[in-house]
Amino acid sequence: MGRYLIPLVLFIVLVVFLAIGLGRDPHEVPSPLINKAAPGFQLPQLKDPSKKFSAQDMRGKVWLLNVWASWCVSCREEHPLLLEYSRTAAVPIYGLNYKDQREDAIAWLGELGDPYVLSASDVDGRVGIDYGVYGAPETYLIDRNGVIRFKQIGAVTPDVWENRILPLVKELNGNKFQGIN
Amino acid sequence: MRPSRLLLPLLLLCCIAPVVNAKEAQSSADDPVIEKRLMKLSQELRCLVCQNETLADSRADLAEDLRREIREQMKAGKSDQEIIAFLTQRYGDFVLYRPPVKPTTYLLWFGPFVLLLAGLAMLFRYVKQRRDSINDQPLTNEEHARVAELLRPGTGKETA
Repeated sequence: MGRYLIPLVLFIVLVVFLAIGLGRDPHEVPSPLINKAAPGFQLPQLKDPSKKFSAQDMRGKVWLLNVWASWCVSCREEHPLLLEYSRTAAVPIYGLNYKDQREDAIAWLGELGDPYVLSASDVDGRVGIDYGVYGAPETYLIDRNGVIRFKQIGAVTPDVWENRILPLVKELNGNKFQGIN
Repeated sequence: MRPSRLLLPLLLLCCIAPVVNAKEAQSSADDPVIEKRLMKLSQELRCLVCQNETLADSRADLAEDLRREIREQMKAGKSDQEIIAFLTQRYGDFVLYRPPVKPTTYLLWFGPFVLLLAGLAMLFRYVKQRRDSINDQPLTNEEHARVAELLRPGTGKETA
């Protein structure tokens, strides 16, 4: 019996590691930007390009930046949820219209509804690169000090909204005068 | 279906494949030095969309954007190190095919050597044990007596 103990233990350890590996989504690459300052940008607004929107405008607010595009299939899937959440006004949702055609984007919002306070046009995807976007939709939760506190890669799900985003929003709004960690 | 029927389409596919691939490396080359540097650097970098492809090979939109970004930074005189730092700040060490040696990657870098050492130790132990077990072991007096007893002719005790 004793001689089988070591291989057995090694085998079980291996199985545990493989099981953990199976359960993980290899597409979810941890972002190095968590707890770092959100990259600054200034972009034309989607609906009125003569007006600009910049991340600095949002200082002092807790807000969500949702990266979307009319060509993005999962964005369509996520959209009804965002609409619902925007109605609860728990946290303002701003859009980053990523590598999209302006007309397509406006038509998309017209057809499906607009959950965003406003969307900014990142036509050539440069701001996307600064934010480490590699697969829309992506959603960033940014605090009063302009620090990224949470990033969702892929569509926001009810589970993520209830259990990750909302509690964090509540916490960040509560600690009004607390600095970064 | 007989295998021979599959063969022809397969062979045809093989003929097309290099042509399809040939498109990948297209570049709006105006500066061959920079293009060469770009190719070399982007072969060390992972495309985040199709994770098993390098930034050099990938046809994903993001890879094209990143190559454009790298090209522009090279033209602006940035070193490869600076460009790699730019990318890892945004996408993490995951973009590097050759991850940096740091505490979180010690297991990755040194794990195989630890396993190798452990394997060598086990092999050494096994060989030593085996050698010990086939070494000549002189018989004890009792065993000699027992052998003599067994071999004595005419006792009729052939088995113990």
